[in-house]
Amino acid sequence: MKRNGIFFWIGAAVFLIAIALMTKLITNEYPFFAGYVILQFIVLAVAWSILGGHAGYVNFGTSAFFGMGVYTAVFLFKVAGAPLLVQIAAAAAVGALMGFALGLLTLRMQGIFFSIATIALTIVIETSITNWRYVGGAAGIQLQRPPVTWPFSGYVQMLFFVQAVLVVLAVVVSRYIQNSWIGRGLQALRDDELAAECTGVPTLRLKVLACVVSGALMCAAGAPAAMYLQYADPSSAFNLNYSVSTLAMSLIGGTAHWAGPIVGAILLGTTQQLLTVTISSEVNVLVLGVMLVLFVVAAPEGLIGLLRRVRDKRKEGKQ
Amino acid sequence: MFSFELLLDAVVLGVLLGCFYAAVSLGLSVAFGLLDVPHVAHPAFLVLASYAVYVLNEFYGIDPLLAGLLITPFLFVFGLAAYRLYYETFEKRGSDAGVRGIAFFFGIAFIIEVLIILQFGVDQRSVTATYIGKAWRIGDMRIPYRLVVAFAVATLLTTLLALYLSKTFMGRAIRAVAQDQEALRLMGANPIRIKQWAFGIATAVLGIAGALLIIVAPVDPTLDRAYIGRTFCVVVMAGLGSMTGTLVAAIILGVAESIVLTLFGASWAPAISFAMLLGVLAVRPQGLFGRRS
Repeated sequence: MKRNGIFFWIGAAVFLIAIALMTKLITNEYPFFAGYVILQFIVLAVAWSILGGHAGYVNFGTSAFFGMGVYTAVFLFKVAGAPLLVQIAAAAAVGALMGFALGLLTLRMQGIFFSIATIALTIVIETSITNWRYVGGAAGIQLQRPPVTWPFSGYVQMLFFVQAVLVVLAVVVSRYIQNSWIGRGLQALRDDELAAECTGVPTLRLKVLACVVSGALMCAAGAPAAMYLQYADPSSAFNLNYSVSTLAMSLIGGTAHWAGPIVGAILLGTTQQLLTVTISSEVNVLVLGVMLVLFVVAAPEGLIGLLRRVRDKRKEGKQ
Repeated sequence: MFSFELLLDAVVLGVLLGCFYAAVSLGLSVAFGLLDVPHVAHPAFLVLASYAVYVLNEFYGIDPLLAGLLITPFLFVFGLAAYRLYYETFEKRGSDAGVRGIAFFFGIAFIIEVLIILQFGVDQRSVTATYIGKAWRIGDMRIPYRLVVAFAVATLLTTLLALYLSKTFMGRAIRAVAQDQEALRLMGANPIRIKQWAFGIATAVLGIAGALLIIVAPVDPTLDRAYIGRTFCVVVMAGLGSMTGTLVAAIILGVAESIVLTLFGASWAPAISFAMLLGVLAVRPQGLFGRRS
């Protein structure tokens, strides 16, 4: 375990240094544009798995959190011209609050009812934002990026680096939860909530905690998107495609280990970028949907599960 | 600004609209309410049926209601196959079916949506028939014929399904399987086959429901997202599996939507069903006519 931990931290550091070097060495902006989206989906998928993977609550409301992140940033930028870091921190706070509310919902509903309630939450919030003139209403709002601060050469590079930091943050949190009593408690309540409660697992507190952490991370991931696109409108910020993409990435990667969603997000995110550029964004949603259904039917444990099975078979062969 | 006539108008239109909502929710009431299948793809199936009706109407000039009737047998078979797949992959394996079952249907919904976009584009489509576009005038009130047709057919469909479930042998078997699957097995019946049949019926009803959907208003590929809210709101508010409840809940939703539409404008409309759904889930999860689990 100890040695594993050292490797993990070294890996995280190497990742951030590599990202920082990239922003210095590569002058073409396109890799950052494409890479940003992939990083954003890693954060979303990892955050989703904290609730969806460990606790087994299927959240269709990723778009609600993402969209609220976007609009928190828009609002703060319009009101006070708040800098990016303030936008992200505020979005995380808003996400935590939303997560808290969602956590209280889990008190009364489970399974499909919870999932439907999260869709409902998304649409209700989206409609409220659509009717809020100050942040642009249905037509959306244009944003002017402020000048970029040292040491970055361009705004997109900076956003790319910031999102990479969020990735590391999300993974650290997710890994911590998995390895601590929190993760074990969540898994216990996923397998049997009543039994967990009876044996003294504080199920409600754990569920609320998972919702808060997951929500804060998702909202934070959405915040830089306002500056990334320099534009925000409710129907794209709250698009259900974010929900289905995140769900697909987490389940395809496998939610049994913190690395699963990362693998899924990188794999699907890259495919999506390639498909969007080469064919069309519709085909890319189609591929996503088909992959999701195939994996759910044929490989319920995701890629991580497949890997484990192969490894176990090999071990059996050796014995 | 606000007048009594306006409110009366809204209520009458709301009742008509509500009966239509009942018709599009019937299938879900059976699939989710009675069989406990987390059928999030139900509205996507509904929109798919509407597009089938559109094709038959646009290219062969068939009346939309007749077209709906024509596709019903195909939908029935489709439903049988869909349940078989769901059963083999999720229910049979037992544990952890919840998460993956929901994800499965969510994925199916998106696949259908995208396939429709690839085939027909994102534009709205509508059908033509003699009763579409004209209106019935009573005093100052103007009631579109299309809503009247939808109201009549929807009421008929709901009544027929309710009678089927309460009077026929198979219908009673379906309600029995919803109550106690194991008891049914002990009586020597095959609960899976009954459930499969029921899911077939739930899907077959979408033929007429899809026709009504495209008669009432033009459809577009992403319309299913709005109807996730409406159908689940109706089914949950009704209390799972109650046909009378479905009708009452749908009328409540229709009237609420119609009144909000008149008072606050169309931009708030999408949120109403979802907000009511959240309210029902939070306050009275067993619904108005609920069976207690």
